[in-house]
Amino acid sequence: MSEIHAETAYVRTEMLPEQAPPITAAGPVKWMRENLFSSPLNAILTVLSIIVIYYVLQGILPWMVNGIWNADSLSECREIRDARGGSSEHGHGVACWAVLGDRWHQLTFGFYPSDLYWRPILALALFLAALAPVLFDTVPRKMFILTAAAPFICAWLLWGGTIWGPLMIAVGFVIGWAIFKFGAPAIGALSATIAAILIPILYWLFIAGPIAGALSGAIPIGIEAVPSDDFGGFLLAFVIGASGIILSMPLGIVLALGRQSDLFIINKFSVIFIEVIRGVPLIVWLFTASLLLNYFLPPGTNFDLMLRVIIMVTLFSSAYIAEVIRGGLAALPRGQYEGADSLGLNYWQSMQLIILPQALKISIPGIVSSFIGLFKDTVLVVFVGLSDPIGFSNLIRATTDWNGIYWELFIFIGLCFFICCYGMSRYSQYLERKLRTDHR
Amino acid sequence: MKKSVLLGTLAVAGVASGAAFADGHGDTTLGQIQERGSLNCGVTTGLTGFAAPNAEGEWEGFDVGVCRAVAAAVLGDPTAVEFVPTTGQTRFTALASGEVDMLARNTTWTFSRDVDLAFEFTGVNYYDGQGFMVPRELGVSSALELDGATVCIQTGTTTELNLADFFSSNNMSYEPVPIETNAEAQQQYLAGACDVYTTDASGLAATRATFEDPSAHVVLPEIVSKEPLGPLVRHGDHEWGDIVRWTLNALITAEELGVTSANVGEIGGTTENPEIRRLLGTEGELGAMLGLEADWAANAIAAVGNYGELFEGNIGESTPIGLARGLNAQWTDGGLLYSPPFR
Amino acid sequence: MATMTDPPVEGFRLSQLIYDTRYRSMTIQVVAFVLIMLGLVWLANNVVTNLQALGKDFDFGFLGNRAGYDINQRLVEYSNDSTHGRAAIVGILNTLLVAVLGCITATVLGVFAGVLRLSKNWIVSRLMSVYVEGFRNIPLLLWILVIFAVMTEGTPQPRDFRGEDAEASMILGDSVAITNRGIYIPNLVFNRSLGGNEVDADTGAVIASQSAGDIILLLAVIIAGFLASGFIGRRATAIQEKTGVRPPGTFWMRLGAVVVPALIVLVALGATLEYPELRGFNFADGIHLRNSLIALWFALSLYTGAFIAEIVRAGIMAVSKGQTEAAFALGMRPSWTMNLVILPQALRVIIPPLISQFLNLTKNSSLAIAVGYMDVRSTLGGITINQTGRELEGMLLLGLFYLITSLIISGAMNIYNNSVKLQER
Repeated sequence: MSEIHAETAYVRTEMLPEQAPPITAAGPVKWMRENLFSSPLNAILTVLSIIVIYYVLQGILPWMVNGIWNADSLSECREIRDARGGSSEHGHGVACWAVLGDRWHQLTFGFYPSDLYWRPILALALFLAALAPVLFDTVPRKMFILTAAAPFICAWLLWGGTIWGPLMIAVGFVIGWAIFKFGAPAIGALSATIAAILIPILYWLFIAGPIAGALSGAIPIGIEAVPSDDFGGFLLAFVIGASGIILSMPLGIVLALGRQSDLFIINKFSVIFIEVIRGVPLIVWLFTASLLLNYFLPPGTNFDLMLRVIIMVTLFSSAYIAEVIRGGLAALPRGQYEGADSLGLNYWQSMQLIILPQALKISIPGIVSSFIGLFKDTVLVVFVGLSDPIGFSNLIRATTDWNGIYWELFIFIGLCFFICCYGMSRYSQYLERKLRTDHR
Repeated sequence: MKKSVLLGTLAVAGVASGAAFADGHGDTTLGQIQERGSLNCGVTTGLTGFAAPNAEGEWEGFDVGVCRAVAAAVLGDPTAVEFVPTTGQTRFTALASGEVDMLARNTTWTFSRDVDLAFEFTGVNYYDGQGFMVPRELGVSSALELDGATVCIQTGTTTELNLADFFSSNNMSYEPVPIETNAEAQQQYLAGACDVYTTDASGLAATRATFEDPSAHVVLPEIVSKEPLGPLVRHGDHEWGDIVRWTLNALITAEELGVTSANVGEIGGTTENPEIRRLLGTEGELGAMLGLEADWAANAIAAVGNYGELFEGNIGESTPIGLARGLNAQWTDGGLLYSPPFR
Repeated sequence: MATMTDPPVEGFRLSQLIYDTRYRSMTIQVVAFVLIMLGLVWLANNVVTNLQALGKDFDFGFLGNRAGYDINQRLVEYSNDSTHGRAAIVGILNTLLVAVLGCITATVLGVFAGVLRLSKNWIVSRLMSVYVEGFRNIPLLLWILVIFAVMTEGTPQPRDFRGEDAEASMILGDSVAITNRGIYIPNLVFNRSLGGNEVDADTGAVIASQSAGDIILLLAVIIAGFLASGFIGRRATAIQEKTGVRPPGTFWMRLGAVVVPALIVLVALGATLEYPELRGFNFADGIHLRNSLIALWFALSLYTGAFIAEIVRAGIMAVSKGQTEAAFALGMRPSWTMNLVILPQALRVIIPPLISQFLNLTKNSSLAIAVGYMDVRSTLGGITINQTGRELEGMLLLGLFYLITSLIISGAMNIYNNSVKLQER
């Protein structure tokens, strides 16, 4: 007894070997208990979700996975399918992805000449590179030079033709800038501003054209011109979306400032413009562009539908951008305005140096969302006869080879849109998070 | 950020002045086309057999052939055409505003379009009529048995007016299902969402030809409307209207006279037939009267073939669409094609 | 120091207009006004010149002409002999119908998805993320087309219902038929209709029918019932606050105030249900909810619902956790916490973007063109313009309609915003 007593201690002197946690409290089982079956309601939801997922996948997956990739027409697809013995009475039992192999280049580039595909690709790369300094702080500031030059280079790469046209337009901005820079001390800031706006406009209207014509006659530097009619597919969607957003920035800023302004007339005009544009659906504006714009321009003026659509989309998105920027302006602490006033800065100086740089920065996520919205909305141009991806899907179905194909094209188009828009929305969320920490 | 404001402004002006560069042209349509070096031709946004781009992005089809023939006649080059897809809703504005020089887009020649909308139809390249297609298992053999049926129609056409007229004049009721594009209409019809699909008979044939089992569907014998489809131009420019009209007539006459794309090269020199010689410009001044080269018609025929070749190549019985000539045969074969003489 | 001189009185100089800040703003406004007016005059002048060149006039008379086309879904009387103006009204009603239906279901869907996305259940929250991201990042037009096609492919044709061993059958005791042309549900008809009833010539039996008067009467009674019910509820609350005891049976009184008068009206009018029945090519009788309506409605709801889900999620997450803890510390029950603390604060964040989503939904309903739903854009802005060639007038009216609708909605939003705005310094 005492022997035993002596050897028994109340406190264990050595560790017991570690035991695996109970199966219900570790590993996948624990995870499932916590995340899937934590309560009866959750269990029911889980089971329901699994049933939904199963039915959807069971309906779609075999159709997609067994799809046929090598065929020249829908009837060939059907032959291959029948040869496999997978015939069904309901339409086509497997997907015919071959249409994508045959026509992917039209869905992406439209009628753009195939030997010139490098041009839109290069323009896209340039566009992204030019955006980098705006979107990411870590990029060297020198890159802004590229940002200023990119619209001209991109436009030239896309449409081709003589280099002198875009160059002469760029010269106009240099003239305006020079007048503002060097004229301000001599004739006063206000007059210099007015001159810096008026003179370039006069220059573009009357001088730039003839000079560019003469120069391209004398020194023909250029690349093969591609007419707007050849733009199609995602190229068209992207060109319309991107130029719509970029071109609408200046007008959007002016409208936002106008809506914040104390000047009665300017304020009311801005409000009316913004509300009218936002109150009417884009599709009505697009029909206006295609059916009515010619009524509003001087007789004899005529330019192609794509340009008209870009102008309309620009006006449309400028109202939305104005609201986004107004949000940015309103989000600035009032102290910023008061601080600028107390420094004795006048309106334009305070806007230019204090308010706008901050307001625009916090508006970037909103601008990116506007761009996503606009990019998605470009599919509406199909209703005015432009060949965007959906327009091209109709054109492809109109050929005898692919008449009757339906889902495959929509799935491809939807997937492409999803990848682009999801990527952009992730970026804007990242930006929002970053900006939030900046201001806390 | 200031800079990106600046670059936005840059780009605005870029587009604006780009438009300014695009201006500057001659007075007449013909002058503009010659100066531009290409013909702007309005076509559909895709209609099987009539206009659709192939895998290389080249437009093909029966209506496209008319555009190419006109381009060949005017510019000597059938590829010098910019095809502008137009929807049922935008086509007339596109033509009226000068965005396109001509429409070759299965457009029905009606009084109000000719007179009220101020267009000039330059002839008929396809005599069509509105028909009905039903699944065979429905057991319907006449359109008069369609009381209460659900009917798929394409919107923005004369089809919906004809349909309303046909059903109300026969005292029948129906349920219209308007659809924007042919592809959707086809999908709806095949899924049984409508009992009947109605559109131009040619379109029905083209659609039916691409079904998995064409024999399961019948096109009913009734044709409820006259649909003379033809190219059209703006009112007021008669010189240009004449060119389009007589190019179409040249294709029709060429078939009548046996001129084909194969023999057009030598027949003008070898034949004794004075009308062929006049047509092909080896005799007379017809080309000059139109303000074109003497071989304008020869170019058009060489480019796309005569009317018969164009028909057979795109929508005829040897193609999947398999349309019979029917009304569109030469008048000598009992059809309606009757070109005024070339003299 | 004692002498004071008046400041020198200067005459007004022209340069003051630019350099004197008192006048400068006026100058700028006048110049802007003149420039904008000049621009407008220029546009108007161009329109007049262009119209003359085209030989057209500016005239709304076409609205009185015979339309000549049929519209499948009409909430008011319309046939192809009616006028273009009437067709436009039919279209406007259709637009409003799908917009209102869409707003309701989008809100319900959005709230569910937004709450479920915050769920602790992994699979459910992932599923909701897939739904939200999928709909937010793919164009609405594609969704409309896809949903339309899925609905026609996935449901039986009317002729499948025919025969002894039919492939498909009606549900809910043969009262509802789901076909790929739409859903047929029973219709409410009246044996003693206010619009008068026809009598069957053979049997002498009264044919039940329905007139606008019946529906209006019924709706009026139901609305009055709800008002009465609200009044009873408020009175009960007032008594409760005064005495601490809620009058017994309040709930039943409120229910009765709604149900009883409506039942009386139904019995008085001799209401019966008219069941859909397969006749000829289609189901006849009953109410036909067309596929185009359902597809557009679903697509708009699902699409907007995805956006609303994000708004709801953001709204709930915007209420700081301390609020919940504080409410619990005060001893509030969870349901009270939600109703009295969280929701009022979350709603302040949720409502303004929610209403702008309603605005978007209304505008997006113009995509009805894709499925052939005859909304105002398809009737007035589509077929009418196409048949008459009056694009200027037609588009103007169309734009005006959307503008007025939007202004009404955003006006409501502004009133609400002002009423819940936090008071600042």
